[in-house]
Amino acid sequence: MKNSLIGFFIGLAVALSFTLFAGENPIHIGWILTKSAFGSPYDLGLTLYYTAGLIFTGLSVSVAFKAGLFNIGAEGQLLIGSLCATVAGLLFPNLPFPISVCVATLAAILGGGLWALFPAWLKIYRGSHEVIVTMMMNLIAAGLTSWVILKVIPNPDSQNPESALLSANYIFTNDPIKKILGDSPASWALVIALLCSFLVWYFFEKTKWGYQVQVTGANPFAADRAGQPTKKLQLISFFISGALAGGVALVEILGNSGQFKIGFSPDFGFIGIAVALMARNNPLGLVVSAFLMGALHKGASDLDFETTTITRDFSKIIQGTVILFISVQGYAWFKRKKGSK
Amino acid sequence: MNSEDISNSALILSMIYAAFRLSTPLIFAGLGGFLSERSGLVQIGLEGFMLIGAFAGACIGYQFSSPWLGWFFAFACGVFFAAIYATFVIRLKTNQIITGTAFNLLVAGVIPFLSKILYNSTGATPTIDLAFRFQYEPLVMAILLIFILQFWFQKTNSGLWVKMAGENPKALESSGHSPNTIRWVCTLLCGGLAALGGASLSLYLSSSYSPMMTSGRGFMALAALIFGRWRPWSMALAALLFGLADVLQVQLQGHPVMGIEIPVQLIQILPAVITILALSGLVGRSQAPAALGNTEK
Repeated sequence: MKNSLIGFFIGLAVALSFTLFAGENPIHIGWILTKSAFGSPYDLGLTLYYTAGLIFTGLSVSVAFKAGLFNIGAEGQLLIGSLCATVAGLLFPNLPFPISVCVATLAAILGGGLWALFPAWLKIYRGSHEVIVTMMMNLIAAGLTSWVILKVIPNPDSQNPESALLSANYIFTNDPIKKILGDSPASWALVIALLCSFLVWYFFEKTKWGYQVQVTGANPFAADRAGQPTKKLQLISFFISGALAGGVALVEILGNSGQFKIGFSPDFGFIGIAVALMARNNPLGLVVSAFLMGALHKGASDLDFETTTITRDFSKIIQGTVILFISVQGYAWFKRKKGSK
Repeated sequence: MNSEDISNSALILSMIYAAFRLSTPLIFAGLGGFLSERSGLVQIGLEGFMLIGAFAGACIGYQFSSPWLGWFFAFACGVFFAAIYATFVIRLKTNQIITGTAFNLLVAGVIPFLSKILYNSTGATPTIDLAFRFQYEPLVMAILLIFILQFWFQKTNSGLWVKMAGENPKALESSGHSPNTIRWVCTLLCGGLAALGGASLSLYLSSSYSPMMTSGRGFMALAALIFGRWRPWSMALAALLFGLADVLQVQLQGHPVMGIEIPVQLIQILPAVITILALSGLVGRSQAPAALGNTEK
């Protein structure tokens, strides 16, 4: 984690120095980023909203990685998970409050998990490379969700590309987190995200299954020889990975907007790769890296009106350079993981 | 032949020509990906290289009212960014997939950043006059390039080195050539070619750069490469197939077939579905170069 923090700040410094080309003072831009990310309870709330989403996708990437697989498809899995939660919510509008949320959550978990299970199955039984398959599954998920949202369950009261609203039974009224943070998009989903990172940590550190998955990821051949059910373990891990990505549905659909807005995800799935990389797959360190990346994303969103030359797209430059420099620092770690293939 | 037949066959001909036009960017990017992947480097960054090429080509093409200047500048920019990419992946040995992802993000941020400085807007670049646009040249060049790469790969020693760098780098090393040098050359060419794919979007298929105009074409090119089993000709045919899907998507918009309106989104995902089928061995078996992605060892 120390190495990745160094990488993070080098990347941030490089990105900020780009602003010199636009005639801005990098230190001033850094100050705007900080102020915009933590300046008010509402700003902090938005930062924590991104953090919660990134914890889910970061965990998703890192669980798959522990099992020796690369899940680049968290973006697609979170779309399908969110779609399933929305559809479940629209199908059963009259369920009483706690049950309704549980049903939608279950739908999100199953949707994300099953969407991930297919590429894992192809990888394990047909030898298809999971990176390319999950990438294609991302494209398919994007097309599929936009078709369902626009044609099957559109919002009848709006021209925006979004689904119909879920009934009030699905919304957590008097959410204490929302109250503290000035009615921001952050919600109880943040607590669930933190809980998930603890559970993932517990799974890998304290349970037999978690240990078996790590052994499989470190060296599938050795694990196979030692009598581990490697195929089953990898399938289960990828299902969990997809289910965690589906958790973004709690952050956005149930915790924030109460509907599926097309394009709601600011590349949660891809930034999740950076989050997992930065935390070196440690589920607890991942909370910190998700928070840093979330703060960067929120911080950059105010650049539009705080400066005249730099726009919110600058967050992508920062994310890009940060990932690049973290991955340089991560060389030793990746070499070990790669060598195990 | 009555007049209806004639207009029908004219329609089909124009659709085939449109498919060729739309497959041009995919062929360029796919050939770039071909070089990179056959030399052993996974190329997720095609999308980013294309985007750079589209933007650079449109800027210079507009500034000097010359598509050719834009074209060459796009190539140069692609090579420049590929050099940064190669520094990370080959020299600093970062993970190729992560670096590619980071690169796509970086480019998606750099272009609006530059566009804001140059044109004070993050939207489309100024429109290039129709007279200063390509009419057919990129398509011809794309087809020529397939022949050239095919020849290079099959008939020359250096083509064989590329193949060895991707299949068995150790053997290449013991014959006295450095796999990394070959990968450097291939990555630089890949960046340039993919950027040409982008430039053919902004200088040939349309007349300006509009934000995120590649819209996943880099990934589609990668898909064509895999569906074409990492061979130039098969890749180009796959790209043509995807181009045809693109044309059909436009044609079928609002035109029901046998009473059923086919959703646009479902045609858009067709290339991805075909690629997964190809990878799973249901439509021919697609086998990657042996050392692909394992160059860090």
